[in-house]
Amino acid sequence: MSCILFPFNRDRIFIWVLRGFAAIAGAIVVLIVVFLLLEALPALRHVGILRFFTDPSWHPAEGFYNLTPMLWGTLFVMTGSVLIATPLGILSAVFCHFYAPRDVARLYRRLIGLLAGIPSVVYGFWGLVALVPFIGAIRPPGPSLLAGIVILTIMILPTIALMADASLANVPQQYLRGAAALGLPRWATIRGIVFPAAKSGLFTGVILETGRAIGETMAILMVCGNVVQTPHGLFDPMRTLTSNIALEMAYALGDHRAALFVSGLLLMAMIVALVIAAEWISRGRIYG
Amino acid sequence: MAESVGRNHPRSEWLARAMVWSAAALVTVTFCCILGNILWQGLSHISWTFLTAPPRNAGREGGIGPILVSTGLILGVCLSVSLPIGIGAAVLLSEFTADDSVFGGLTRRSLDVLSGVPSIVFGLFGNAFFSKTLGLGFSILSGGLTLACMVLPILIRATEEGFRAVPQDYRLSAAALGLSRTTTLFHLLLPAAVPGLLVGLVLGVGRAIAETAALIFTSGYVDRMPASLMDSGRALSIHIFDLSMNVSGGDANAYASALVLVAALLMINSASDWAMDHWLQRRIVFA
Repeated sequence: MSCILFPFNRDRIFIWVLRGFAAIAGAIVVLIVVFLLLEALPALRHVGILRFFTDPSWHPAEGFYNLTPMLWGTLFVMTGSVLIATPLGILSAVFCHFYAPRDVARLYRRLIGLLAGIPSVVYGFWGLVALVPFIGAIRPPGPSLLAGIVILTIMILPTIALMADASLANVPQQYLRGAAALGLPRWATIRGIVFPAAKSGLFTGVILETGRAIGETMAILMVCGNVVQTPHGLFDPMRTLTSNIALEMAYALGDHRAALFVSGLLLMAMIVALVIAAEWISRGRIYG
Repeated sequence: MAESVGRNHPRSEWLARAMVWSAAALVTVTFCCILGNILWQGLSHISWTFLTAPPRNAGREGGIGPILVSTGLILGVCLSVSLPIGIGAAVLLSEFTADDSVFGGLTRRSLDVLSGVPSIVFGLFGNAFFSKTLGLGFSILSGGLTLACMVLPILIRATEEGFRAVPQDYRLSAAALGLSRTTTLFHLLLPAAVPGLLVGLVLGVGRAIAETAALIFTSGYVDRMPASLMDSGRALSIHIFDLSMNVSGGDANAYASALVLVAALLMINSASDWAMDHWLQRRIVFA
């Protein structure tokens, strides 16, 4: 009898252990937000939220904490790279599914996988030694918004390409057979049937790559020049929110340190907004 | 009608074909440029002495011995914390949680957010929580723990996929035989879910050794051989960053270090591919 009862007792203990693990995993986000808030609190209290957008400049030593140039930097570099990487990534996936011979497609998928695995610091290093001098030769100084956009495009491309690949694979086969039966040519099938059917997956991919673009630190830090200014052209050097944290954390104290945590909070808020958007898209899915 | 289809479509079809092929070519060429550049410049500096010798003259000369050790230690701390928690959480979410459970839903949502958190924010958190509040300072321990938080969502998601791929028959048969759920898990589901687990492990390790931003303010810059987990240790990615940004004339060694890092990642990737095939073939089947 006890043989039947005993396992249930053991099961119950075991499940509570697992619950503990899951609770730890789930609580990390809460911990992160709490600690960001705690560390940011001095700045929020002394400086106030408004002054992070209205101060004349970012000079923490003199008590000026204007984050807007960095915010624009992040937005510009993100928009640029997402605009280039999205079509490239989706076309890559289309290439794998509908155009490439089977062996080429397999090789190409491996290549995208490898691209996804290369660390950001290696991309940044390549940008620093190869790309920046190249851009500098066209129009000095070299470290610029353009360099950031190019590097970031290469970095987020695998994200959207892999995501698009997966969502194209999920398009029901009978749609494709139906299109073939109607005699639709390849591109017409892709544009008229595959893209609409894979829409929600593609949008999720775009959101994922946007998140990656916002959060990227090291590569951007290495190629963008890090001058605190709102860039007015593609060749202007600039600084993003993330690289600002990486550059100044080492020596920041007091309100300055707290201000960096405020920009951390700002990044966190952007990511939460993106996750909510992704959830909203996947709930409102219409096809398959 | 047939006429217009015949006349209009081939041109757009041709254009699309050209577009798709040139996009693929562009990606391939860029990739070859980057990898070729690093391979070409790095290969000449790689030697056994480079891999084992300590760095000298701020890293311009010498090797990366202590840095490899620190990287390994950070990775070890990260995995020994994140593997049990990650697998435990994944088992709970996929095997013991109803789809509409509040706890499960909340945990999943929180992991979704966690997987999107920028690495620099992990760095801020690690600095504030592990280094300052828990008093671990700039150490391999706080770096590893910060990375553990970071790889957790990757690990959990892949492991969960692994469990989901296990056929429902296994669970039903085990229940019919009167096995406890714990026994079912350890003897049946866990072995069957190994491929997913392995994918998670590889992705996690890949993310962890590629990470830079989260480590700058947690495990620090010190490039000496670490004596304990409480010592600060410089990870390989930070070494590359430091050599290329802060040390003039460090490019040669930075290339070589970058090559080591990329080679390590490629090896891990192909090992996982091989292991995946191996394990998938060996899956438990009803004979």
